[in-house]
Amino acid sequence: MLSVLRRVDRLGLTLSLASTLTLVLLPLVNLQPNRILPGQGVALSQLWQQNSFLLFLPLFLLALLSATFSRRLWPRAMMSAAALLLLIIALGNSTTLLLEDQPPFARVSLGSGFWTLLLLLGLLMTDALIKLQIAPLPRLALVAIYLSAIFTLLASGLWDQISLMLEYHNQERFWQQGGRHLLLVAGSILPALLIGVPLGIRCHRSPRVRAAILPVLSLLQTIPSLAMFGLLMIPLSLLATSFPLLSEFGIRGIGAAPALLALFLYSLLPIVSNTAAGFDGLDPAVLQAAKGMGMNQRQRLWQVELPLALPVMLSGLRIVLTMNIGLVAVAGLIGGGGYGTYIFQGLGQTATDLVLLGTLPTILLAFIAAMAIDTLIALTQRETR
Amino acid sequence: MKFQQPLRNWGGSLVILCLLLYLTLGANSLEPLLGPLAPENAPAIYARNSFIDLVGWHLLLVLIAISAAAVIAILAALFVSRPVGADFLPLARSLANLGQTLPPVAVLALAVPAVGFGSWPTLIALFLYGLLPIFENTLAGLGSVPTTVKDAARGLGMSPLQRFWQVELPLALPLIITGIRLSVIISIGTATIGSTVAAKGLGEVIIAGILTDNLAFVLHGGLIVALMAMLLDGLFVKLERRFATV
Repeated sequence: MLSVLRRVDRLGLTLSLASTLTLVLLPLVNLQPNRILPGQGVALSQLWQQNSFLLFLPLFLLALLSATFSRRLWPRAMMSAAALLLLIIALGNSTTLLLEDQPPFARVSLGSGFWTLLLLLGLLMTDALIKLQIAPLPRLALVAIYLSAIFTLLASGLWDQISLMLEYHNQERFWQQGGRHLLLVAGSILPALLIGVPLGIRCHRSPRVRAAILPVLSLLQTIPSLAMFGLLMIPLSLLATSFPLLSEFGIRGIGAAPALLALFLYSLLPIVSNTAAGFDGLDPAVLQAAKGMGMNQRQRLWQVELPLALPVMLSGLRIVLTMNIGLVAVAGLIGGGGYGTYIFQGLGQTATDLVLLGTLPTILLAFIAAMAIDTLIALTQRETR
Repeated sequence: MKFQQPLRNWGGSLVILCLLLYLTLGANSLEPLLGPLAPENAPAIYARNSFIDLVGWHLLLVLIAISAAAVIAILAALFVSRPVGADFLPLARSLANLGQTLPPVAVLALAVPAVGFGSWPTLIALFLYGLLPIFENTLAGLGSVPTTVKDAARGLGMSPLQRFWQVELPLALPLIITGIRLSVIISIGTATIGSTVAAKGLGEVIIAGILTDNLAFVLHGGLIVALMAMLLDGLFVKLERRFATV
């Protein structure tokens, strides 16, 4: 008995208990009378006898048991991953039954139980994935495969009765908003890279430049985003009223222009300071060797210094990328477009599903960007080693 | 840091404080300055709430959320850095890393369906988002204490509790304060956005300005929030330096 207790994974036990409580106590789905009004929770007792739940529940239990008692990581990861997929299928199948004798405007929405369970199963998977210590590229591939499995399920129409997917089908411009979101992120980061990297190299070479530039940039960074958008609206809209031609090019107080400018300014600090830090960390002996080989300054920069400083510079890019994906969402408030539009429209109409339709893709974009850069960092580090 | 940051020294803080006081207490005397920015027949000074109240609410939200976040985050970091919590360490570390990629506005938006409109969702978002930098920095701070120092403390016959209070915590403190500073700055920004979900604070001035096309509101609210963030940032930097020299 004691030896079993000692082998218990404390994290696995905690997450398993939490998952079980969630499944029993919190509603997996809510039955709403229409799009806006809050619904009533559907208890597990109304769902569990359906065939697809009879498949999900045993696997769910197995996943929890292996997370608690087994130290073998692959089964843990696979079983919690499979349990989540089965939960998605089971919920999709149950909606048709739930809506059978309901009025036409009734909707089935995802309940607190589902979201909590999603989080807990996600934690179990993440934990197993970290402890497996998979190399970054295969890890990225695994996550990509799993996400595309989920997307395939959603695209197959399995969830089309669930309110979140109904909302998605209502918004015809969903993918365009996504494109615009990414466009705003790229449109602010690219100029920031073009200016920030040379500036960072200057900072590395001259302490005086560094002392002049970095404090200003870090001061800019402390200004809250909404205040920054607002403060930039003023000169831009004054410009637009005095030169009407400019406003035809989109340079106006409201919309994408102040957003792009604000994001550009925010991006400078991480790029400049990480470029400088990357160059500061170079081994002087390597630089001497490059000089000794007869490389000129330009060759040294492109063939030695930049490649070696790349991992640190990339971690600056990671900060900027995830930060800007979130900030573009805030720009939805000043008419900048992107997924923030859905978030603030949804908040305005108290339509939870619209809020989710803006929030979930934003989070997903930030996660994917962070993971992609992490993979790049790991690859460049291995190359330079 | 070798270079002197102009707005992070005492003189700079004093200037910012004076400006801040003028913008909040003397709001009405700004009318001739801001007037040209307001649309015709619209007020230049936001009047639905007094600026003192708004600053107070804003700071109170940040204070409550970050105090709670600091206590929980420091305790959590302490837990996972001891042998008892070792099972949790890898996940906690990567969660803190992953969690910081979560956009604050997303956390805020997700809190609304959970608890409704008002100051609560903002408070929750500020709390959750405030946890991560403090947790990560506390962990880094505790980890940066050299093993030799810990061994020496043990050799002196200090109990685990004494070692923590008298050795590990003081050495980790500057990094912990950096974490709190980051959390406070992020919170001030997130609390501003919180006005979209009806939290009380300075965001409502900016948002009222955006909605009614009143640039006077936008400038006034934006300046106060920006100055507030700069002031607190400067004060925390000074606090870090104070403890770093111990």
